[in-house]
Parts: sequence; structure tokens; C-alpha cells
Amino acid sequence: MKIAAWRLPVMTFVALLLLWEGVVTLFDVPDYLVPSPLQIAVLIPARIGNLLGALLVTGGEALGGFLLSALVGVVIGLCFSVSSLIRRSFYPYVVLLQTIPIIAISPLILLWLGNGSLSVLFISFLISVPAVVVNTTQGLISVDSNLVNLFRMGDAGVPTMLFKLRLPNALPHIFVGLKIAAGASVVGALVGETFAGSSALGAGGLGYSAVYALSQLDTPYLFTLILTSSLLGLLFFLAVIIAERLTVGHWHESLLADHAD
Amino acid sequence: MGTVTEFRPQLKAVPSPHIPFLCIANLCKHYASGKSVLRDFSLSAAPGEFISVLGESGCGKSTLLKMIAGLSSTSTGSIRIDGRPPERARDIMSFVFQDPALLPWRTVARNVELALEFEGVPKRARAARVESVLKLVALDDVHNYRPRQLSGGMKMRVSIARALVTTPRLLLMDEPFGALDAMTRNRLNEELLALHARQKWTTLFVTHSITEAVFLSDRILLMGANPGGVLEEIAVDLPSPRTAALRSEPKFLDLVGQVSRALAAIHP
Repeated sequence: MKIAAWRLPVMTFVALLLLWEGVVTLFDVPDYLVPSPLQIAVLIPARIGNLLGALLVTGGEALGGFLLSALVGVVIGLCFSVSSLIRRSFYPYVVLLQTIPIIAISPLILLWLGNGSLSVLFISFLISVPAVVVNTTQGLISVDSNLVNLFRMGDAGVPTMLFKLRLPNALPHIFVGLKIAAGASVVGALVGETFAGSSALGAGGLGYSAVYALSQLDTPYLFTLILTSSLLGLLFFLAVIIAERLTVGHWHESLLADHAD
Repeated sequence: MGTVTEFRPQLKAVPSPHIPFLCIANLCKHYASGKSVLRDFSLSAAPGEFISVLGESGCGKSTLLKMIAGLSSTSTGSIRIDGRPPERARDIMSFVFQDPALLPWRTVARNVELALEFEGVPKRARAARVESVLKLVALDDVHNYRPRQLSGGMKMRVSIARALVTTPRLLLMDEPFGALDAMTRNRLNEELLALHARQKWTTLFVTHSITEAVFLSDRILLMGANPGGVLEEIAVDLPSPRTAALRSEPKFLDLVGQVSRALAAIHP
């Protein structure tokens, strides 16, 4: 059954909401602990201004972190692909960067860049850049040897090799990195805000607001912030998927469902 | 006005001391480890000759082709293509690899065009040449397809079209049809011969298939391994044009038998 594919999850979602609403009402759970879905739903239009403001702040920081990691990540990947000496010297540190808990070094970032969006953007960047570097490098160096030989037979120079072979070949890999980075940059911005966020610009971001809402035991608002954060992550991911379809969708195998065999 | 008759010495085409187009002398290849891949390989090929290289895996056939193409270094010996070393003869040779080696992001026509881009042919002049070669391999109706949409045989025809669009004088083919089913393989063999009859490039064709080698070639080199080298040469004296019907003729089958026995003697 084809319709069931999307109907089933929707039905489970509705059922869960009903169950949630029922349990909260039946057992009279206080709303600072678990608010009811209805309460949250009502709160969204009531505080839409605050939510959008927070969304813009965090979205801006995450977008900045993401774009920076895309740019820097691809450039580092290019350097790694050109020289195996550079690659062997620095690649382990990129991998190591992934294993460093950002929380541990965040006080240092705070010390250097100060409280506010710049620190948050930088944390978002640090979390998302390794995925771009690793996947870009992989894509640039894993070119079929016969294709390399074909280009050598054509006396192709380094720029031709790069722009007509290595870079297009790497695009699907780069998008894998960008998809990971899109999610990570939002997480990075939210986490960053919990200790480096400020309301200096008039409105705090989603992460900052969440910490504040928690301190006030404003749990219903906390839930709307969680929803908005999820929406932001989803938006980022969708944007990359769309960009991927537009760029490599017409030729890359994993994106072609209706191919002739 | 009177006519002035003057003496013009007639320059006759000298029955030349047979200047070979492709000349390989005492070619060796060994690795730093001392392992010898190819030993003392010599070959001279006349223009337009179709030569197959037949032998088991590891006898250095592919390495030989890569050395002729200048993609792999030679240890000792010399290779001359129309008098030039491989690195300076790339404009007159094309390579067809084991797999079609197509760029998946380019259309069929743009894949073929790549070879002309390498040659620096101006953009305006490319389209006509691409279209005419695609017509030659009967792919003109799919020129806007991506490789992903083609069958294995069609992909290989694109690969051959790309090799031929630059009108090479030497075509190096490294088991191009090895991955295809027998029927597609036979059909492509026939197509290749028809194209060869028109353009008369010199071919060095590496293969595992005895029938393929007999069907296509003027000469077959049988190679042995450890280290690789030519152990026997068999001339294929079959009439041309060769068509599919030839495969069932006694003369053809005799030759296939002869080559099989020779191979069996080499690799007991």
C-alpha cells in the first residue's frame, strides 16, 4: 500500500498527541513539568514574535557557522587533495577535532571572542567543519584511475584535472559533508548559546531563551522553543537537499530513482 | 605557343624498406622489488595493422599498453610511434580502457567532446565532429543521455566514439569488451571492424578471448607470464570484410583451434 507510507507516521503522531493530552489531563500533571500539547499549541501564536526573533538570531549564527565551514572545509579539502604531504601532516588533526568535546574548549572561545553571536558562530563552525573537510578530501582523491589516465592521455594540466574531473567527481561527497554540517551547525549554535549567548541584540537566540525559560520554569515556552529549534534544523537540511538535487541530481546515481537498467 | 617538354624524373613510391608505424624494441619493465613484469618485448606494426595481444592475467599485457601510451614508465628498451616517443605522440593515439571511463555528469555528446577539448579544438568546430562520430557508432539518437541511462554495450560505444573523434592513427584497446555479454561483444566486434575498414588506424588490442582475437586481427601475439613476453605469433589469414557469418566457417574455427592449442602449450 503506497498511501500507508506517509499516513502511518501521521497517524502515530496524532495518536501520541492524544495519549499525551489524555495522560496530562487524567493525572493532573503540573504544566511546569509537562505541559499539554494544547497548551503548547496555544502558546505558539501568542508568543510568535519572541519565537521568530529567537529563530532569526540562532538561524543567523548557524547559517554563518555553516557557510564558513562549507567555504573553509572545501578549501582545506582542496589543499589536502593537491598535496599528500599536507594531507598526511594535518588530516589526523581534522579527525581529532571531531573528537574534542566543544563544551570543553568553549570557555576559551568565550575568553577570546567574548559573549555573543560571534562566539556562537565560531562554535557552530568548529562543530560542522570536520565533516566537510573529510568528505571533500575523500571525494577529490577517490577518482577512478582510468579517468585519471584518460585525462593524462589528454595532457590535461592541474587546473583542467581539478575543474573537469576532481571537483565534479567530489560534488556528491561534498554534499554528504554539507548535510552533516547543516545539522551540526544548528546544534553548534544552540549549544553555543547556552553559555555564550546574550540578549545584547534585543533578543536572545533559541538556546539562550531555552536556558532562560528553564530558569523561570516556563516549561510550556521551553517546549515551543524545542519545536522551533527542530524546525530550524529541518530547514537547514532541506536547503542542502534542494541544493544537492539542483547540482548533482541529474546525474548522481543515488538520486536517480527512475533509471533505465 | 609551343609546348615545352621538360624532363621530370618520376618519383616512384619506393618499395620502402618498410618503415613501421609502431616500433617497439627490447622493451622491459621491472619493479624496484626486482620483479620482472615484461621482458624483451619487440614489435613493429605497419600502418593500419590490427594486432591482438592474447595471454593469461599477469603476463604484462595491460602494462604494455600503458607503456605505449606513456602512462607507465619503461625500464629499458624503446617505443617509437611514427618516430616519436609516447609522451610526444599523444595527439595521434587514443586509449580505450577496460571500463568505459565516462564522466557521469556529462551527456553522451559532452563525453565525446572531452577528447576534442583536450586537443584544443575550438568550441564551434566540435559539435559537428561529435555528431558525425556518434552517427558512426549509431548513438546519435541518445546524444543527450547520461551514461547512467545507457546499457554496458552502449557505454562502450560512447567510449570508442570518444577515442575515434580525434581521428587517431594508433588505437590502444585494453580488453574493452571483457565485461560485456557474448552477443553484445560479437556485435561490437563487427562494428569495430567496419569502422576500422573505413579509417584504417593501427590497433593494439588486448584480450582474453580467442575468438575475438581471431575475428578482429591481422596478427595475434601470444604472451606468457613470469616474466611476460611474446612466445608465439600467429598470422590470421582471413578474408576481409569479415562479417558475423565468418564465425561459423571452417577456416575460422581451424584458426581458433590453432590458437587454443598454442595457448595450451604455453600455459600447460
